[in-house]
Amino acid sequence: MFDLDLWKEIVSALKKNRVRSFMTAFGVFWGIFMLVIMSGAGRALENGVMDGIKAFASNSAFFWTERTSKPYKGFQRGRRWNYKNSDIEYIRANISDVEYLSPRLFGGRSNNGNNTIRGKKTGAFNVYGDYPDFYKIDPWTPIKGRLLNEIDILQNRKVCIIGERVEEVMFNDDENPIGKYLKVNGVYFQVVGVVHPETNINIGGGRKKETIMIPFSTMQKTYNHGDVVHFFSVTSKPGVPVSKIEKQLSALLKKRHSIAPDDLQAVGSFNIEVEWKKYKGLFAGIQILTWIVGIGTLLAGVIGVSNIMLVIIKERTKEIGIQRAIGATPGNVIKHIVAESVFLTVLAGFIGLTLGVGLLELLNMALQAGPQDDMFLRRPEISFTMASVALSVLVVAGIFAGLIPAKRAVSIKPIDAIRDE
Amino acid sequence: MISLKNIHKSYVTGGNSLHVLKGIDLEIEKGEFVSIMGSSGSGKSTLLNILGILDNYDEGEYFLNGSLVKNMSEKKAAKLRNELVGFVFQSFNLISFKNAMENVALPLYYQGVSRKKRNRIALEYLDKMGLLEWAEHMPNEMSGGQKQRVAIARSLISEPKIIFADEPTGALDTSTSYEVMDILKQINNDGITVILVTHEHDIAAMTQKIVRLNDGVIAEIIKNGDLKSWKTQYAKEYNMA
Repeated sequence: MFDLDLWKEIVSALKKNRVRSFMTAFGVFWGIFMLVIMSGAGRALENGVMDGIKAFASNSAFFWTERTSKPYKGFQRGRRWNYKNSDIEYIRANISDVEYLSPRLFGGRSNNGNNTIRGKKTGAFNVYGDYPDFYKIDPWTPIKGRLLNEIDILQNRKVCIIGERVEEVMFNDDENPIGKYLKVNGVYFQVVGVVHPETNINIGGGRKKETIMIPFSTMQKTYNHGDVVHFFSVTSKPGVPVSKIEKQLSALLKKRHSIAPDDLQAVGSFNIEVEWKKYKGLFAGIQILTWIVGIGTLLAGVIGVSNIMLVIIKERTKEIGIQRAIGATPGNVIKHIVAESVFLTVLAGFIGLTLGVGLLELLNMALQAGPQDDMFLRRPEISFTMASVALSVLVVAGIFAGLIPAKRAVSIKPIDAIRDE
Repeated sequence: MISLKNIHKSYVTGGNSLHVLKGIDLEIEKGEFVSIMGSSGSGKSTLLNILGILDNYDEGEYFLNGSLVKNMSEKKAAKLRNELVGFVFQSFNLISFKNAMENVALPLYYQGVSRKKRNRIALEYLDKMGLLEWAEHMPNEMSGGQKQRVAIARSLISEPKIIFADEPTGALDTSTSYEVMDILKQINNDGITVILVTHEHDIAAMTQKIVRLNDGVIAEIIKNGDLKSWKTQYAKEYNMA
């Protein structure tokens, strides 16, 4: 039932009391505006961080070696040791819960001086010997050429794939690096791919774009590493918690290398599942906080409306008295006040919502114009659910904010209302 | 039209009770032009408010147009006020943010009359009051006499049977007062009962019947023919006091 006259009355009453209407609306506007901005910022942070890690296998663990901290079986403490190819083969053959296993060799760091030469160009990069399975754990995508594959490993090919930054430093802008050669630690490798990291998680330090990856087998043979493995990554099969594998492998490796079972230092390991849970908890916390603070802010706005409506009613007691003297029923008066309150709240809420979303959109455009990969704020947005919940809360709140003062207004006798000065 | 039987009314503030009306019996017929007089505190405004169903009473019976007005729901009272009576106040009581036409049209809004129609009727009534060219003006742009004429137009628009006027000339100078009284006389000539409260005896003298209150009871009722002698007597009392 649409009562055009009622709306004309409301609009004219609001128009004739501009400052009052504006002040009332502003509280609600501000409440919902803040809610939108806060929620959007929280979501942007979550998107920014999660984009950087979500492609990473969340069921992965990483192993490296440290010096032993306990004497055992005739060995002194402080012994240096390494994993061997045989460890990797043993795990592959015997531990059925392991899905992917990718050993790695470290062949120089970007902070240890120049290790890569091409003609007159030199550069310092992180050099790794890797298995193709590594890309199942930490995904990379080829921009040009391809990733490493099984045949590179089997044939010990002297090929490499390089990060974007390596291409920038070692090649001219108009050059295609594919098929060209780089001299890495004194040995020439043919570039077969330029690759882009999908995640920001960096195993082994340094910047990911400054990476040169060589087939693991090639690296072991070329640089005389023998059967040493510096580091390896594993993922668990679906349904198996990676922390279980981490414990199992740690015990196994200690046994194979004559390390005290209670040596907590020798086998270095790191389990991303734990970190993953921490992140999830953090963002759940941020969402909850946003809701609590948001609802609180909104409530403050609504209390403001109710407060101002009370003042308005007090101010308009006489006007209401006159209206009742000339025939307005209590129903008329209540309907008018409640409609006015709801109209104001919803209008203000809608403007707040629109401006808030608009600001988030501007922010998004600014963020997208900037560099993408290092950004920890991405795609600020609020969910449709949140917006509709906030608007329904406003309608209900508007009704209550109007109802309480309206009830008070009609409880006064008309003659007392008219006499009110 | 109006029948009061032993009406009592007290105002209770805190522990004090102020007995304002102490048993009023009054009959007013259709088409009468009545003024209620009395010194301040005699209860004349209270009586008028009870008559206009703006206030309730404690004891007695009040019949308006044949039906008993007692413990009436506010909704029913609002309907009666809207259809049966019109009010004119000393301080005009126009709604400040509505122009003259909108103020006059307001009672029809509560009757559910469409905006177009009620504004047209409001213009007719403003025309009768000689205020057609002031229709779009706000109350604060008008003189006291003009405002009171707008208020009278507003009280008439719902075609009431009774007009209640509480000191309608109280805020006006003498010549404007007489203009307003002329209008009220014309209304009365059209068959509408007019009841007004005043403390000015020259205003009261223009009515057909004077009800004089003294300390919550009716001291005397003077009919039209006796007015002249009453006037001299009143003046005598006034000088003595």
